[in-house]
Amino acid sequence: AIVADFHKKIKDAFEVFDHESNNTVDVREIGTIIRSLGCCPTEGELHDLIAEVEEEEPTGFIRYEKFLPVMTKVLLERKYRPIPEDVLLRAFEVLDTAKHGFLTKEELIKYMTEEGEPFSQEEMEEMLSAAIDPESNSINYKEYITMMVIDEN
Amino acid sequence: MGCSSSSTKINSAKNALKAALVIQNWYRGYRARLKARQHYALTIFQSIEYADEQGQMQLSNFFSFMLENYRKIQNDDPAIVTRLLETNLQDSQNKHAYMGLIEVPDSYDGPRLKFPLTFTDIDLLLKAFQQQQILHAYYVLEVLFEAKKVLKQMPNFTHIQTSPYKEITVCGDLHGKLEDLLLIFYKNGLPSVNNQYVFNGDFVDRGKNSTEILMILLVSFLVYPNELHLNRGNHEDFMMNLRYGFTREILQKYKLHGKKILKSVEEIYTWLPIGTIIDNEILIIHGGISESTDLNLLHQIQRNKMKSVLMPPVSNREFDSSLKNKASSSSATPGTSEDSSSEQLTKHEWEQIVDLLWSDPKGRKGCYPNTSRGGGCYFGPDITAKILNKNQLKMIIRSHECKPDGYDICHDGKVITIFSASNYYDEGSNRGAYIKLCYNTAPRFFQYQVTTTSCLNPLHQRVATMENRAIKILKERMISQKTDLINAFQLRDHSKTGKISLAQWAFSMESVLELKLPWRSLRSHLVKTDSDGNVDYMSSFQDVHIERPMEEATSPLVETLYRYRSDLNIIFNIMDSDHSGLISMEEFRTMWKLFTYHYNVQIDDSQFDEVINKMDVNKDGSIDFNEFFMAFHVVHKYDKNATDITLPN
Repeated sequence: AIVADFHKKIKDAFEVFDHESNNTVDVREIGTIIRSLGCCPTEGELHDLIAEVEEEEPTGFIRYEKFLPVMTKVLLERKYRPIPEDVLLRAFEVLDTAKHGFLTKEELIKYMTEEGEPFSQEEMEEMLSAAIDPESNSINYKEYITMMVIDEN
Repeated sequence: MGCSSSSTKINSAKNALKAALVIQNWYRGYRARLKARQHYALTIFQSIEYADEQGQMQLSNFFSFMLENYRKIQNDDPAIVTRLLETNLQDSQNKHAYMGLIEVPDSYDGPRLKFPLTFTDIDLLLKAFQQQQILHAYYVLEVLFEAKKVLKQMPNFTHIQTSPYKEITVCGDLHGKLEDLLLIFYKNGLPSVNNQYVFNGDFVDRGKNSTEILMILLVSFLVYPNELHLNRGNHEDFMMNLRYGFTREILQKYKLHGKKILKSVEEIYTWLPIGTIIDNEILIIHGGISESTDLNLLHQIQRNKMKSVLMPPVSNREFDSSLKNKASSSSATPGTSEDSSSEQLTKHEWEQIVDLLWSDPKGRKGCYPNTSRGGGCYFGPDITAKILNKNQLKMIIRSHECKPDGYDICHDGKVITIFSASNYYDEGSNRGAYIKLCYNTAPRFFQYQVTTTSCLNPLHQRVATMENRAIKILKERMISQKTDLINAFQLRDHSKTGKISLAQWAFSMESVLELKLPWRSLRSHLVKTDSDGNVDYMSSFQDVHIERPMEEATSPLVETLYRYRSDLNIIFNIMDSDHSGLISMEEFRTMWKLFTYHYNVQIDDSQFDEVINKMDVNKDGSIDFNEFFMAFHVVHKYDKNATDITLPN
């Protein structure tokens, strides 16, 4: 019964991006689909997932028949769980070496575009537009997190 | 000490890396969920848009049904038939007769055009429209008159050549969005001898500056007839304009002369070229093709007989001869009436044009009727290859579909979609784009997006706004079919608990509303569920209802009037040939009878009569139908601006 429920959820998420109604989606949308189902793979993990669902000779499209079993397994095994609020908060605190309670715009940009799995320019700009307080040119990360969590719910 | 400080450094570097990863990971997940919500909202907008277009096609069937039976309806021609039969009553070569006695008062401080037009007039108009000025009706009519003269000379397909020194810019749908046109001219320069443009249809409807766009384009065309090319789109059609806003815009901006302007515009549409062919290689048309597209035939047909894409030829000789009589009696000068055998196109010819203006490319092979829109077809890559080969062409550039990035390439690079109205569905919904073509070079794409604020709202706010609007529109759809929905739900609610399973709910929604949407994902916005996951189906209707203007109006009647309000509004607009806003009770009754019969609506006639009588406030035997339909609108209980988003046009 749980599996049937997962199947329906996956089908719905997949269908929205299936523009041609032929049970395929553009491979570039797979990341969005997987994440919209509540999972949080890193870019590296996403790459691996894509490799699993791609055709032997990549066509640029992912077929539903290949996607469904892989995604069901991900959901059943509760893989790539989303980041809990407190872990996120601590991550910001780690970067906030001076313990101000905020990060400057420059610091945020530096960390997000130079460390880890760097943001693209578009991702960076989008985050800045919501996160940065234009008067102080910094992000009060605690407030930011709270706001995001409220918005999601 | 040295060791520990470097290992501290390494540790802190590692920690920073880990921390950054956590934040990036979280953000990407959050962003993807926003994008998915944005996508859902867009899907809702698009499904409803196409369902409306399908409704429009249904309406055209109704008109055909009426026209084919007109003698049986009433002894005299009903007003609606007269209106539809009217041909070019002002096919006058005489400008003064055409313009009538319109004068531009000295107090008018808007732009004044000087004929023959020059580039200074284009500039003048652009500056004036940027300041929200309105061009005087006199000049509007003059432009339309002159433009028609020139358009009449043009063939169905304009052939142009690029050269290494001359680029051609192709723009798609503008839909009355003046800011987008201004942005294109700003980025790409004004039309001129060295700056050729092709505008691929759908200049009007939906946006609030359809008039201004049409004027700018026609004036530019008059100044540069060899460099500014216009193709007809499916919205260059008076019946589409009735539903989608242009008619209303004209009547509001030009209270005195609006009707005259509308008639002129109707005529101009029929003379717009069907397409453009560049270097004998690239075919530019608004919609697409079908497997039977015959370019040779299309080059020959008399395109001006295509009055409305939504009025298919009527196979009725009485009707046809009646048309001819009207045409020959009203043409002012000999030689202007058509001397071919019929006033209409053949069915085959008509379908050929509809296909060009309404079809959409799809990934699936073959050619299928376009069920979303109700007109034209879906054509696959094999159809594209076949038609291109048959005509020694290399590529098709078309518009007609809104694309998130403003353009899209499919069918192996052979079909390009170009769409130039950014933020078409809502702020932030999509970019606009244009293409630059040059001799022997690959096409280049330029994208843009109009913003009303100096910096864009953050993504989550834009998504939330768009999502709210989409859900509102969807709820209005639901309420307009409340009775049918409740019946479907109750059919599955065997134990009469008021609850059904999610699967049953999704199935009912899709089959009644006929919208292919991700119902399970949208469920949380539309309806309440209990802890077992079962849907409380009546909860959707708790905070939305249709305003009931009077006691006598029962729920099924109110719902029906609300649901078909756009269609009825259009029918009545057409019947109201003098645009007075009033029709007689008798006409209303007759039309209602026909309508309920054709649309298979079960409403008690006596109920209807009671409501109608109440609406005749003046007791003069006539009804102000605009007020009538405004009276039936949806109220959203928890909405600050409690207005119906989709008021009839």
